[in-house]
Amino acid sequence: MDHFPTSWGRPRNEAIDAFNTYPLHQRPGHAPKTDTFTDGVQRTQQPIVTGTSILAFHYKDGIIMAADTLASYGSLARFKTIQRLHPVGARTVVGASGDMSDFQYLQNQLDQLTIDEFTENDGHDLGPAEIHEYLSRVMYGRRSKMNPLWNAILVGGKKDNGERFLAYVDLLGTTYSAATIATGYGAHIAIPLLRSAVEGRENEITEEQAREIMTTCMRVLFYRDARSLDKFQIATVTDAGVNISEPIKLETSWNFAENIRGYGAQTQ
Amino acid sequence: MTSIGTGYDLSASTYSPDGRIFQVEYANKAVENSGTAIGLRVKDGIVLAVEKLVHSKLLVPEANRRIQTVEKHVGVATTGLLADGRNLANRVRDEASNYRSVYRSPPPLKELVSRLSMYVQVYTLHSSVRPFGCSTILGGIDESGPGLFVIEPSGVAYGYHGAAVGKGRQLAKTELEKLKLSELTTREAVFEAARIIHLVHDDAKEKDFELELSWIGDETNGLHVPVPKDLFEEADRKAKEALENFE
Amino acid sequence: MFRNTYDSDNTVFSPQGRLHQVEYALEAVKQGSAAVGIKSKTHAILLALKRSSGELASYQQKMYRIDDHVGIAIAGLTSDARVLSNFMRQQAMSSRMVFNRPIPVNRLVSSIADKAQVNTQEYGRRPYGVGFLVIGQDKTGPHLYEFSPWGNSYEYYAMSIGARSQSAKTYLEKHYESFADCSLDELIKHGLHALRETLQQDKELTISNTSIGIVGPSGEHEAAAAPGGAFRILEGDTIDVYLKTMVPKEEAGEPAAPAAADEDVQMAE
Repeated sequence: MDHFPTSWGRPRNEAIDAFNTYPLHQRPGHAPKTDTFTDGVQRTQQPIVTGTSILAFHYKDGIIMAADTLASYGSLARFKTIQRLHPVGARTVVGASGDMSDFQYLQNQLDQLTIDEFTENDGHDLGPAEIHEYLSRVMYGRRSKMNPLWNAILVGGKKDNGERFLAYVDLLGTTYSAATIATGYGAHIAIPLLRSAVEGRENEITEEQAREIMTTCMRVLFYRDARSLDKFQIATVTDAGVNISEPIKLETSWNFAENIRGYGAQTQ
Repeated sequence: MTSIGTGYDLSASTYSPDGRIFQVEYANKAVENSGTAIGLRVKDGIVLAVEKLVHSKLLVPEANRRIQTVEKHVGVATTGLLADGRNLANRVRDEASNYRSVYRSPPPLKELVSRLSMYVQVYTLHSSVRPFGCSTILGGIDESGPGLFVIEPSGVAYGYHGAAVGKGRQLAKTELEKLKLSELTTREAVFEAARIIHLVHDDAKEKDFELELSWIGDETNGLHVPVPKDLFEEADRKAKEALENFE
Repeated sequence: MFRNTYDSDNTVFSPQGRLHQVEYALEAVKQGSAAVGIKSKTHAILLALKRSSGELASYQQKMYRIDDHVGIAIAGLTSDARVLSNFMRQQAMSSRMVFNRPIPVNRLVSSIADKAQVNTQEYGRRPYGVGFLVIGQDKTGPHLYEFSPWGNSYEYYAMSIGARSQSAKTYLEKHYESFADCSLDELIKHGLHALRETLQQDKELTISNTSIGIVGPSGEHEAAAAPGGAFRILEGDTIDVYLKTMVPKEEAGEPAAPAAADEDVQMAE
């Protein structure tokens, strides 16, 4: 979306509108340095290989997060065994939707960060709040260079004082924190379900119930999201640490599709 | 010493007429004056131990470490100038990080040793720098199993089954040679390492010392970590008992 | 011209493996007035003796705040201290910016130690001519570190640096086992007693020549509350109450001392 009013429905051309306003970096004197190659360089305009929604919420023992294992190439279900939940340190899990190569880059950055922290060996470590702050700086920094990492990321875990932590950061560097968060299509489809199932009951929901809620949401998403898969993983962060499950297969029923015209293998 | 006053010993970039580089030899003196460090390569792991000389009783025990972790699976014990040792450890960390960023896999120990020894060697070439005043023991586990190396101020690096540097290295080496290193477990090696450090410490001449122990093995999930408190205390106690019997 | 052949350069080892230039830098630290640091289970404190070059001059600054949770006392070349303390502030701000975390104190001290090490090894530089006592608190409790031109940093229960710091050290070594359980006021009293040992014969600690730096919960005699036990420097009238808790030294030149004290108080006004 182009947020500059001057480009809404009108060509930006000084011959037509002499009093046009420009984004700061396009004004004379604010132009980026250019060289012979500048015209040949194009920054990321869209994600290429993508993952869809991440869901996460608070429950009694900590944080639960889920993601399916699909990485799509456009509308093609290209890679079907991609893990999109990544443990960082002892009590944080990071899940990402959006561009998978950007996410893999971030995974490597985070891994190096935890190694640096480990080698200090001084009793200090990075918890979910620190990881989230770091990611938000990286994401905002990159978008300010007009070269964003094309992801929406959830960071969940337990802080050293035992509190739960769950927060969001996206390719614009926008952050927020809530008891239930979903990215991508899940923000439209799963959030209403999660809110009615979780809000106000964060301290009561058991792990079993949390998994049940998550599975229901993932099933709904699989029915409605054309970029999703019926195989997903669940991560929990509790006082015992990070646990990421093996891929779980969704039980689905497509009987309702029998009578839908224009769907499936119908002859007329 | 014949070198003194000849003028051939003032720079790392100067040979003496008989082909020696005295500045590197003097750097070795800085190593020889400091507490002993040993490393044991056993069948399933590595143990590093340091005799840390305590220059003041006001120091907080366990806080000022001489054994450092430079990668998940690699530890470094230094003797000589402590600050130089930190410089080298930071360099290995950078090299390890660089290796990971290029190859996306944990750096093999040999690779780290090779890169660090080249770094150390550069400081023996120029008059604008002095050599590192420390010997470094690197221990780690990688795909090829446990590995143990020593890098000297000259930049020379050798692999060892048992290594000793610093003041008490002669006695420590003699003790290490008595052990069947390739048959020991890492846990057993912790006790031997503690015993050797206590043995080489010269009570009569030296100030107080603090024993420092770290290990890498199956019991640590292949991570380089300090020896846990209960095992440390047991090893320390047994080492002291062995010393009393020895005398 | 030089004391020996091997002391003109920091890139030269002596035949004994010593670095004379660094050792001389340590002498620069000893030229500065003394600073004392002590820690207990709950607090870490600094005390420093400020000098004044004359009646028309103010007293020097011996303590700097680095961040909410860290402060330093310096001895030696003030300009070197400013360079290093600015660097420490940057490191501290960077940690807050990137991780929203107060920088762990040991890492902060190590960062300047590593910086100082380079100056002991490369031609065309000199080692820093300043020593720090650094106090701070983090997840692992209160801490006291010493930083020296060697590029070393050590953690201590108690330490002193600067002119005649050996006398203070002797006091600290005698009493350090009791520091862990001291209250803030007792800790300051011990600190003042230690700092007093570094004075010249006819001098005394006064509200003008003494600075006290604290991290940890506020004490009974502190007027302003210290939120989160943040680092603060007490100077001037606020430290009078602590100075009065000191036990007078036996025999030590009683008649001369009060006169010197009066003189100092007037100078501050």
